[in-house]
Amino acid sequence: MKICVLVKSVPEAGVTKRINPSTGRLERGGETRDNPFDTHAIEAAMQLKEGGELQVDEIVAVTMGPEAAAKALRKAVSLGADRSIHLSDEALAGSDVNGTGYALARVLATESPDLVLLGQQSDDGECYTIGAVVADHLQMPSLTQVIKIDVEGGALRCERQAEYGYDTVSIPLPAVISVGDAINEPRYPSLKAIMGAKKKPLETKSAADAGIEADRVGYDHARAHCAEFAEPPAKAAGQIIEDEDTSETVEKIVAWLDERKLLA
Amino acid sequence: MSTATLPTFDPLDPLALDAQLDEEERLIRSTVRQYVREKFLPVVAEHFEAGTLPESIGQDLGALGLLGMHLEGYGCAGASATAYGLTCLELEAGDSGLRSFCSVQGSLAMYAIWKWGSEEQKERWLPGMAEGKLIGCFGLTEPDAGSNPAAMRTRAKKTDAGWVLDGAKMWITNGSLADVAVVWARTEEGKVNGFLVEKGTPGFSAPNMHGKLSLRASVTSELVLDGVEVPEANRLPEATSLRAPLSCLNEARFGIVFGAAGAARACYEAALDYAKTRVQFDKPIAGYQLTQAKLADMAVKVGNSTMLALHLGRMKDAGTLTPQHVSYGKYHNVSTAIDVARTARTVLGANGVTLEYPVLRHANNLESVLTYEGTHEMHTLILGQAITGLPAFT
Ligand SMILES: Cc1cc2nc3c(=O)[nH]c(=O)nc-3n(C[C@H](O)[C@H](O)[C@H](O)COP(=O)(O)OP(=O)(O)OC[C@H]3O[C@@H](n4cnc5c(N)ncnc54)[C@H](O)[C@@H]3O)c2cc1C
Repeated sequence: MKICVLVKSVPEAGVTKRINPSTGRLERGGETRDNPFDTHAIEAAMQLKEGGELQVDEIVAVTMGPEAAAKALRKAVSLGADRSIHLSDEALAGSDVNGTGYALARVLATESPDLVLLGQQSDDGECYTIGAVVADHLQMPSLTQVIKIDVEGGALRCERQAEYGYDTVSIPLPAVISVGDAINEPRYPSLKAIMGAKKKPLETKSAADAGIEADRVGYDHARAHCAEFAEPPAKAAGQIIEDEDTSETVEKIVAWLDERKLLA
Repeated sequence: MSTATLPTFDPLDPLALDAQLDEEERLIRSTVRQYVREKFLPVVAEHFEAGTLPESIGQDLGALGLLGMHLEGYGCAGASATAYGLTCLELEAGDSGLRSFCSVQGSLAMYAIWKWGSEEQKERWLPGMAEGKLIGCFGLTEPDAGSNPAAMRTRAKKTDAGWVLDGAKMWITNGSLADVAVVWARTEEGKVNGFLVEKGTPGFSAPNMHGKLSLRASVTSELVLDGVEVPEANRLPEATSLRAPLSCLNEARFGIVFGAAGAARACYEAALDYAKTRVQFDKPIAGYQLTQAKLADMAVKVGNSTMLALHLGRMKDAGTLTPQHVSYGKYHNVSTAIDVARTARTVLGANGVTLEYPVLRHANNLESVLTYEGTHEMHTLILGQAITGLPAFT
């Protein structure tokens, strides 16, 4: 079987995210890294492959983004993916979640994967929705925020992070699953794997190559545009309770919580 | 080029050296940095205090493929000298003890076997050492032979069965951890030979040295050789003079040039971070001219040291690096790193003397780095001779 993993290049954690006021889009210059959640998706794919319960023949990393986004693919193959596909086209720039999900689904459709894995959110956009949009286009069942995957016959038994505790859901394949960071501890790429990454095939596709209809992607065809931005309001200074007498401190904290009806 | 397209000044990379790395080098660099940040920094203080090194280090660095990474074959990755240097830089930004572990394993012990060993020796030891399952150490220094290793007293006597070693080595990093010690000894003919002494060989012991105030997160031992019998098969066949151990030291020193730049960077970063948040007299201390003078001084030193290291790395990859260049690098970068560490220490005030922050730990470590792998004075003399043509060692 084939697993496709969606990966994305995002701004380095330390880089202050800036929205260009004229386009309403995130500035994408500066140092980038692979989206940390995607690293967990690759690790999940690797664990399914190495676990041996499913016969995983191939792991394919897929990204959409400008030229520099290929960096995320290089990381993905150094972590174990067998090859990668880079969807890159000026026409795709500025796509919203809807357009991005559609475009990625077109590329995935050409691969006919048995399983699509991705991080539940990206470090920059934090939409949490790409998985569901992709699944809808591919007509596959979808699970989001998955923190455990077990093979059960030909299907997968997953635990999904829910607001209170978690849901256990069985999902048949093919399927689209987005994972949370609690699912595993990603390995570090080894030096040899990093050096071998160049040798693994990387295919670059244009929108036309992937059969993407031009009027469904890009900024002009986005269904959602950001209208206005504001800095988050500054937080009011907190209240500091000095711990002089611990039982008194506890009382103060309990009283504070109680006042706000935060204690059940 | 319009100014709009110029990248903004990055305080953490003041000379924009990142742009000089290729993508693979950046990925290696960020992988090692991530490992250090996630796995090593959270535990370094307790290990420094206890005078130990995390037990998993060998396996961790082995799994990452960093041990002997610049060697070809025998399970080693065959990475570039620059990639090896960048690895040392990131490891030493964690702690000089961590980088020392990697240097001793890869550039001293493994390199000695790789360069001067027999085919059987290479096959027997190098793959396991690359994986970190077997640990090596390198015994050259003796109680009475430091800067002048030619004065070594450890003797190797030829017998029918092989060799008998007698003597003592001192200040040996990884000594008690090692499965194999590369021991340098003088034969009856007066030649310096290298021997692979395996852990547990009768007459061989490696008691740890205690009371170090520097490089505490590193194991330092004596090697005691009391009538240790080793077969001829354990002698490094290609090594017949001091040139052999010195070639190993030259490899390790190259890594130190980068490593010291990493330690300096860690101190500068800690100081910058602290200065921006520490408020005295109602404003962050970073807003005072005296602090800015320190920050500017540190930024320039970190930038220059990193640039120098990178330059030497490119020269090594091009095959044009001489031992004198390496001396230049160690001379500049280690003493500069100590300056940066001490300046950073002052920015952190009292917090600077604690293990909660890295600065005094680095400053202390760097005292060892200044001394081992050729003291600062020895590198001064090497440069002096290179400049004047007049040797002033004796
Ligand atoms: C933590 C640590 C780990 C080490 N690990 C190892 C290891 O793994 N393997 C190993 O073999 N060794 C190791 N060493 C030993 C190190 O290489 C030696 O300490 C170093 O070579 C200096 O020798 P020494 O300490 O005997 O000093 P000395 O040579 O006695 O020097 C003392 C001082 O005199 C100066 N001096 C000496 N000769 C001259 C001269 N001609 N002109 C001017 N000044 C001179 C020196 O520069 C120095 O300032 C380690 C040392 C330390 C501190």
